Amino acid sequence: MPELRVLPLHPPVHPHPQGALLRARGLVIRRGGNTLLGGLSFELPASGITAMLGPNGAGKSLLLRALAGLLTPDEGEVALHPDIRGAVALVPQSPVLLRRSVRGNLLHALAIAGVPRRMRSGRLAELLVMADLTRCAERPARALSGGEQQRLAIVRALARQPRLLLLDEPTASLDPRSTAAIEALTRKVVAAGCKVVFVTHDWAQAERLADEVIFLHRGRIAEVTPARRFFRAPASEAARAYRNGGLLL
Amino acid sequence: MSEGFAQAFRMIAGLDRELFEIILLSIRVSFTAVLLALLVALPFAAVLAVGRFPGRRGLIVLVNAMMGLPPVVVGLALYLLFSRSGPLGVLELLYTPTAMIIAQMVLVIPIVTAISRQVIADMHAEYDEMLRTLGASRIQMLGTVLWEARSALMTVALAGLGRALSEVGAVMIVGGNINHVTRVMTTAVALETSRGNLGLALALGLILLVLSLLVNTAVALLRSEWREAAHA
Repeated sequence: MPELRVLPLHPPVHPHPQGALLRARGLVIRRGGNTLLGGLSFELPASGITAMLGPNGAGKSLLLRALAGLLTPDEGEVALHPDIRGAVALVPQSPVLLRRSVRGNLLHALAIAGVPRRMRSGRLAELLVMADLTRCAERPARALSGGEQQRLAIVRALARQPRLLLLDEPTASLDPRSTAAIEALTRKVVAAGCKVVFVTHDWAQAERLADEVIFLHRGRIAEVTPARRFFRAPASEAARAYRNGGLLL
Repeated sequence: MSEGFAQAFRMIAGLDRELFEIILLSIRVSFTAVLLALLVALPFAAVLAVGRFPGRRGLIVLVNAMMGLPPVVVGLALYLLFSRSGPLGVLELLYTPTAMIIAQMVLVIPIVTAISRQVIADMHAEYDEMLRTLGASRIQMLGTVLWEARSALMTVALAGLGRALSEVGAVMIVGGNINHVTRVMTTAVALETSRGNLGLALALGLILLVLSLLVNTAVALLRSEWREAAHA
């Protein structure tokens, strides 16, 4: 894959706020008598990549949806920094694309984001270059490969110029080449000034990408640790067992 | 029978004036009825599909049940409404094409509403979260869903047109099957068959079939073009 250009998500409408970008306090989500998230509290720093790591069923996707405001927690709250209100974007594991061309999908997102008509073609070209999809612009979005669809969904989410981008297992079931392309794109997004939370259950991927790790296990936070320290010696028993290939049930 | 067919082809080939008068009135009445029905039914279906308000489920059941409305009952109800002594008698609509358009609308609206509601609800369920994360307003969301569902909604419109074009009972009662005024293809076929005038009946029947084929072919072409663009 050719090297991607770093493009700022201009104009920079969301300056880096001081302190935490987002604070979660005592988040509880229950469904059918089961507690799926059991009182999570953490802060997200303003920049870099936070990997949300943990086994399947740990509550990663649920937490991401709560952070995106798609579901309301039964207890607790998610407080966004006032500067980023309304500018959190989420790309789910299986993104839904419109039954239109790649270009049509991006133009639709730009229109919804309120980008003035005269500026849309310029922004469209930037997003296409960023995702390395320029040559696929006229192809039906649903005819793209899994990796291309994921890249399209990521740059489509950037149409709103979010300050926080939540990626839910974007490389699940992708081959190494497509995974590398997504990881490269994620770095470009961060370089362009957007904070990224990257959900994964792949230890090696988290090690490649993360500046900080939130390790989730059974709906609780086992630890929140800077990446360098985490990958040298995880503090929690659950994370150590996961690293050592133990089956976390 | 063969004499009937021969007469039918002679009438079609000779562009029989009475025949084409009936055909044009049929087309005018049914297409107008379906267009007006779509204007009422699509927004109603969208509200039922996406809105959340008390009584919504009851309304959905009611609309679904109304899909099976017997045309003669609709015809009778409208007859009572429009008859000289009826509450809307003053409008003098009985035995006019307008009354026939209203009758067909009443029959088409539940079909288009019920099926469109399902189509829109399914599409909305698929797109809802994605559009919310993109920051879409309710209006933008609805606009996107309706546009994305256009191919399926076109089929729904065709079902409505089928119902309108093939309708006999209601238009017979409120239209009266008056020659040169309210005689449409279906009522003419019924009348001419009962009179033993099979030529005109067969000619009308054939044209009704060809008309239906033409409309369906046009829509199929449009849909295949959309599908190619969407790959879905």
